[in-house]
Amino acid sequence: MKALVFERNLPRFAASRVASVFGSGRGAGIGPLQLLDALPPEAPDSDWFHLRPLLSGICGSDLATLDGRSSRYFEDIVSFPFVPGHEVVGVLDGGGVDYSGTVMAPGTRAIIEPVLGCAPRHIVPPCPQCGSGHYGLCGNLALGVISPGLQTGFCADTGGGWSAAGLVAHRSQLHAVPDGFSDEDAVIVEPTACAVHAALSGDIQPGDSVAVIGAGTLGLTTIAALHHLIRPATSCTVLAGAKHPHQRRVAEAMGADTVVPPDQLARAVRRQAGSLVLAGRLTGGADVVFDCVGSSESLSQALAMVRPRGRVVVVGMPAKVSVDLAPLWHRELTLVGAYAYGTESTTGPGGEPRRTFELAIDLVTQAGLGSLVSAAYPLDRYEEALVHAGAAGRRGAVKVVFDLRNRKGHNR
Amino acid sequence: MSPRPGFVLEVDRSTPPTLYWHGERFRMERLPEGSRVIYAPEPLDPLGDPSAAIRHALRHPLGDKDPLPALLHPGMKLTIAFDDISLPLPPMERPDIRQLVIEQVLDMAADAGVDDVELIVALALHRRMTEPELRHALGDRIYDAFAPNGLLTQHDAEDPDALVHLGLTDQGEDVEINKRAAESDLLVYVNINLVAMDGGHKSVATGLASYKSLRHHHNPQTMQRSRSFMDQHKSELHSANWRMGKLIADSGVNVFQIETNLNNDAFPPAFNFLQKREWEWGVKDRLAYLGASKVLDRTPAKYARQVFHSVKAPHRMTSVQAGEVEAVHAVTTDNVWKQQGVVVEGQTDILSMGLPYISPYNVNSILNPILVACLGLGYFFNMYRGKPLVREGGVVIMSHPTPWEFSPVHHPSYIDFFEQVLSETTDPIEIANGFEESFATDPWYIHLYRTGHAYHGVHPFYMWYWCAHALQHLGAVIIVGGDPAAVHRLGFRVASTMADALEMANDIVGTSPTLTHIHTPPIFMSDVQ
Repeated sequence: MKALVFERNLPRFAASRVASVFGSGRGAGIGPLQLLDALPPEAPDSDWFHLRPLLSGICGSDLATLDGRSSRYFEDIVSFPFVPGHEVVGVLDGGGVDYSGTVMAPGTRAIIEPVLGCAPRHIVPPCPQCGSGHYGLCGNLALGVISPGLQTGFCADTGGGWSAAGLVAHRSQLHAVPDGFSDEDAVIVEPTACAVHAALSGDIQPGDSVAVIGAGTLGLTTIAALHHLIRPATSCTVLAGAKHPHQRRVAEAMGADTVVPPDQLARAVRRQAGSLVLAGRLTGGADVVFDCVGSSESLSQALAMVRPRGRVVVVGMPAKVSVDLAPLWHRELTLVGAYAYGTESTTGPGGEPRRTFELAIDLVTQAGLGSLVSAAYPLDRYEEALVHAGAAGRRGAVKVVFDLRNRKGHNR
Repeated sequence: MSPRPGFVLEVDRSTPPTLYWHGERFRMERLPEGSRVIYAPEPLDPLGDPSAAIRHALRHPLGDKDPLPALLHPGMKLTIAFDDISLPLPPMERPDIRQLVIEQVLDMAADAGVDDVELIVALALHRRMTEPELRHALGDRIYDAFAPNGLLTQHDAEDPDALVHLGLTDQGEDVEINKRAAESDLLVYVNINLVAMDGGHKSVATGLASYKSLRHHHNPQTMQRSRSFMDQHKSELHSANWRMGKLIADSGVNVFQIETNLNNDAFPPAFNFLQKREWEWGVKDRLAYLGASKVLDRTPAKYARQVFHSVKAPHRMTSVQAGEVEAVHAVTTDNVWKQQGVVVEGQTDILSMGLPYISPYNVNSILNPILVACLGLGYFFNMYRGKPLVREGGVVIMSHPTPWEFSPVHHPSYIDFFEQVLSETTDPIEIANGFEESFATDPWYIHLYRTGHAYHGVHPFYMWYWCAHALQHLGAVIIVGGDPAAVHRLGFRVASTMADALEMANDIVGTSPTLTHIHTPPIFMSDVQ
């Protein structure tokens, strides 16, 4: 069976980086990613279950890795060769047990929560972060019974979603796909969970104005999370910058109050806040800015449009960026990262804290986020798929996925 | 030979192509046979001795007003207010008419021993003038005598300490004007009348007013009820200003109005071809046109704009009258019609116009898309008496590049209006109800208006309201050669050629439409029979 395998190969890595100058994903054919024959990965023990992927998304972090743009920070928490793909919905052909201990019959569809924290690594006692439910912040990502890897899709032992041979997932990673969920709904849960975590990290107060930079999958799901999870309690105003016309339409449909091209966002924020402008920066500004891009430009833009003592939440994966931090210092801004997911302070009906994935599954239903899946490709058209994903916004797409259901793929 | 009156040409097979302004360029268009082209009257003869005429007017006022020297006495407080950069267009060669008039007033004030004299630019919500612009309007002698001592100020409609609320009209309209002007023993207003809309009570009631006062007549409803606002007697805009003017007078503000008329000699000899009828072009005109066109076609718009904004008009004064506001304005309006009036028989299905690089609100700046709309639909469309040149449900075709380009210095709120308001709706009433107040009270716009050279935050709204009557009246607006994104944001259609525009218009007005073209410069008023 075929799988896309990412190998440590410096010449190919360099070639991919050069090719990416012509567009993200352009290095797919010559880079370190190759379509190879692969065997299903072995389960480390009986707490791990084999999952046969149905759909697996292509994420911005996957493209950054492929393009050689991701930070060297991740080098020691990735193991090679790995099969990418951490946004996965698949079938448990042999059944399994989910994160809550519920037994799942053979043939059950499941979503994986890809973070490889202390539980999958069988580290006891867990690190303080895992112990408090913040699995994404696990301190043991390079330790335990499996190779280093911050998530499934970056670990040599687990396999990943871009594989017809499948992957193995620990019971703590498994969530049953709710009845009525399409595969598209299910595959969008993982990025939605990132957005939910980001929205809840914003510490948004009643009446706040919120700006969202970027309208790719993360930006759009963040807008949806703000609209459905935050706005009911805060009546916050959401302004969004979106480059492409279809992104603007979707951003509005997701609940943004004002959607403008990115170069107009600062002016829209200024108008909304009634702020003055000093040396290119707003004297007031948005209470909270979500940077769903993670570039030097977007971070600089965020710092220029947030109010003094406001909060900038970095949602998009940054690499090495060049940003003037003088406004952060001078205006006493709070710059926070929002990575992945875990357990949120939001409580369920019994007062128990809810996992981000549970909230994300609810949000996918409420906001119809499965519609963000715009195109699906079979694995053997991976070069085409990655180029499409790299140019998703420009080509009128949001989320591009691999379709491993033995279908030829489709474009919406 | 006396100047020829306006003329309506019927296009036939022998008619040469017609010249259209196209922003900083020109276009020649061959119009369908049977089309009409309206040409303005030729420039009236100027006054031989303008200074003598001004002195005479000041000493022989119209209406119930004493001669100016009799109103001046030692110990009094005298304020001279004058029209701003928006007039005349293009700015006139030195000496500017304001300088000529104000010098005479100041001489009389000096002769009478008046010490407390201040000059105020009647900006309303327009941008503040720069020092070079003020020097051009007033001359160096007046500028140097007043500006360094703080005696030359620009009306600040957002300074609560510099405004006084005089009361409400019988229609409940606030009248709030410049405090210094209102509390002076005599307010002399120096006006330039380029279009029939200007002057009269509008000079003080608008030029020296606050937003609180202006909003009563600068709104879509007033504009829709003004048919047109160039015809004082059918203009709700003017009715409101006249009510306010009466209240100002009843409040004891003693206004001595000085109004001037200019001829329509708008461009220097190098551009003579602009104002001539094409079939009368001589060799020099053809060469001038060809040379100018070739150069402009190869010049980036930014530089072409600079060249055009450096052009000064050879306008000359044709009359000056002073005294009581209404008596003065009646004469002024008659004189405007003498220079600009053209009798036109019947309406047309399609009205076409070439729009130049300049309007009252972009002197030394960019004619942004909102100002393009305002120039075409606010000004040119409304330059009529009787009924609009174009029939109800008809089409206006404008020629202008309409770039998505704004001056952030002069028009900051226009940028946001274009990006954030017109993207939501182009309906003037919805715009007024949904957005006006937040723009009018935006502290950033107020700051830039008060301290920089920016039009007030609400100004783009007024420009859009200026279009309200046309928007209500027309079936479609087409811009030839416009930037598609900008034109669509305005809610209009875009055509790449005049032929395409006419074909698009056919869908609205039928396949055998009548077409009338307004040939400018110079501007004129149509008396539609």
